[in-house]
Amino acid sequence: MSEPRSPRADPRDGAPAGPRDGVQAGMLDPIEAAAPRWRRPRLRLGRWSAPLGILGAAVAVFWILIALLAPVIAPHDPLAQDLPILQAPGEGTLMGTDALGRDVFSRVLWGAQVTIPLALLLVVLSVLIGAVVGSVAGFFGRAVDEVAMRVTDLVMAFPTVILAMVIAAALGASLVNAVLAALIVSWPSYARLTRGLVLGLRSSNYVVSGQLLGFSAVRSLGRDIAPNIVGPVLVLASLDIGTAILLLSGLSFLGLGAKPPTAEWGSMVSDAIKNFDAWWIGVFPGLAILTVVIAFNFVGDALRDALDPKSATIKGGGTTL
Amino acid sequence: MTRTTAVRPPRSRGGRTAHPFLRYALRRVLTSLLLVVGVTLVTFVLTNLVPGDPVAAALGQRAAEDPAIVAQFRATYGLDQPLVVQYFTYLGNLLHGDLGVSTTTHNPVVDDLAKALPATLEIALGAIVLSVIIGVVLGTIAAYRRGKASDHVLRVVSLAGLSVPTFWLALVLYYVFYFQLHIAPGSGRLSSDFSTPPHVTGLYTVDALLAGQLDTFLDAASHLFLPVLVLTLYTVGLLTRFVRTAVLEILDQDYVRAARAKGLPTRTVIWSYVLRGASIPILTVVGLAFGSLLSGTVLVEAIFAWPGIGSYAYQAASHLDLPGIMGVGLLIGVMYLLVNLIVDLLYGVLDPRVRLAS
Repeated sequence: MSEPRSPRADPRDGAPAGPRDGVQAGMLDPIEAAAPRWRRPRLRLGRWSAPLGILGAAVAVFWILIALLAPVIAPHDPLAQDLPILQAPGEGTLMGTDALGRDVFSRVLWGAQVTIPLALLLVVLSVLIGAVVGSVAGFFGRAVDEVAMRVTDLVMAFPTVILAMVIAAALGASLVNAVLAALIVSWPSYARLTRGLVLGLRSSNYVVSGQLLGFSAVRSLGRDIAPNIVGPVLVLASLDIGTAILLLSGLSFLGLGAKPPTAEWGSMVSDAIKNFDAWWIGVFPGLAILTVVIAFNFVGDALRDALDPKSATIKGGGTTL
Repeated sequence: MTRTTAVRPPRSRGGRTAHPFLRYALRRVLTSLLLVVGVTLVTFVLTNLVPGDPVAAALGQRAAEDPAIVAQFRATYGLDQPLVVQYFTYLGNLLHGDLGVSTTTHNPVVDDLAKALPATLEIALGAIVLSVIIGVVLGTIAAYRRGKASDHVLRVVSLAGLSVPTFWLALVLYYVFYFQLHIAPGSGRLSSDFSTPPHVTGLYTVDALLAGQLDTFLDAASHLFLPVLVLTLYTVGLLTRFVRTAVLEILDQDYVRAARAKGLPTRTVIWSYVLRGASIPILTVVGLAFGSLLSGTVLVEAIFAWPGIGSYAYQAASHLDLPGIMGVGLLIGVMYLLVNLIVDLLYGVLDPRVRLAS
């Protein structure tokens, strides 16, 4: 489930020590005043090749392939109600059939096509909106900053799922509205993170000297600042894919996402409440959610180890100076 | 830096200023109040500005076509007033405890919520206590054994805990422990052969103990077991990871190194130095975890037919009962703010720098 966020103290908030420390350390040193060159973070093999990251990536790719190939590999039409109802797994079908005589296995496969692309879309949109709002707020400060941060405060005053539930309900139950609701609750964490990073970099010497040379704000933000905030934002985004999947399937579980005939994992688990003894109806779609989310979380965790600006400067700082 | 030391910080004129902690607390309370107003604004906007005409919904198709009836309806419910006026009416209603009438249960939402709240508090309190204990212990172990096998195992376990869809975990545990193994009792808060203990707090376990009904207490506790377990597993992952980071940071501090160097027993170092230093980040996470717990109850209670806020939200959501859902959102939003306010005030108690700063 998505992480709840406090209105006041988001641990992900604020500028990581990384790039900022590097620039502030040598205030008047002309070499340090030059832009810290964006070095592609060295993917430290020791950590990155940690089996977890690889395993996660493999499982994630596996599920993405399933999403792409579902129409080919699914043995039945996911919506067709032409099988005997509540058949146990093994008696003709791999994962049994549900109360309407639909093949659970085929529905799980097709479900990948619903949840995974929507979750990826959700994360991409949240990153874009959050990064734009956060950069503008951090760079220009003053009223823009004030307004943007008060809005994020407001969104973060609610536990994520609850606010998403309230918004989705008000908009009306549909998958598009669920994504919209999830988007409204997801972008502020990126805005906060980006703002903190931009705020830290804005006054650094290399950005200030660019401004003195007459660079436009867009140039400063896009060419000078952006490369130095990509890493942390990417880490947060990769860890958020799992959260997005849990949020969307949770909304569908509540009946605020996918509409009934759709093969969506969360609503399939919800179907199981009415048929407790037919365990296979709920167990398999839930396992699908669990494996996808854990895969993306493993990848995100490994990425964080590889890209973490904090550990990067500790290492980099020691060798370059 | 050296120059600024010459400039004395402005001193408060004796006796005029309030105690720093009071000032700090007052500021936090005011911010929280502003956020509460913000929360009501959100629910107001969502109930009133959202597509879908409330008039048509309330009156039905035929009546909504008659302009006279519509005008009268709008006047009766104040819908012809400007939005600002409508908002203040809405706020006034809230202050009178009027959250509207649920379209599913046809009861005032506030009564429904009042009835459901103790049930949710019972599992939420149980889960928060358990997960704080387990999370702090596991997180500290992971930090101490950084890079060792146990750290890696705990990393996998906590990541897995964060990845499990709670509503599914609830379903699986219920199926295994109730349907298959018959260890756990069935759904609800009490078995059918027990009667509700006399109402004091609304928490059945506490009420049963107060009334001296030990068997009722045991039955209520056994019903609590599975829902609390699910919610605990859900927050423990979050807590373990945050506590690990917080403790790692403290372990790096000179004062901890000094304490270890002078040969203090590990237990003393952990309790009096490390955990004390890490208490502020840990408190923050507990506030956050409480939010995830409240979200969790919404997704979990329906499975155990636990008659709390979560089941109410599930029912309201699946029937698109807007007043019901908004009531839940408002209640949980305010509860979450309250918990975070308490956390903020505890900061001030634990760390003098917080209350003295600015």
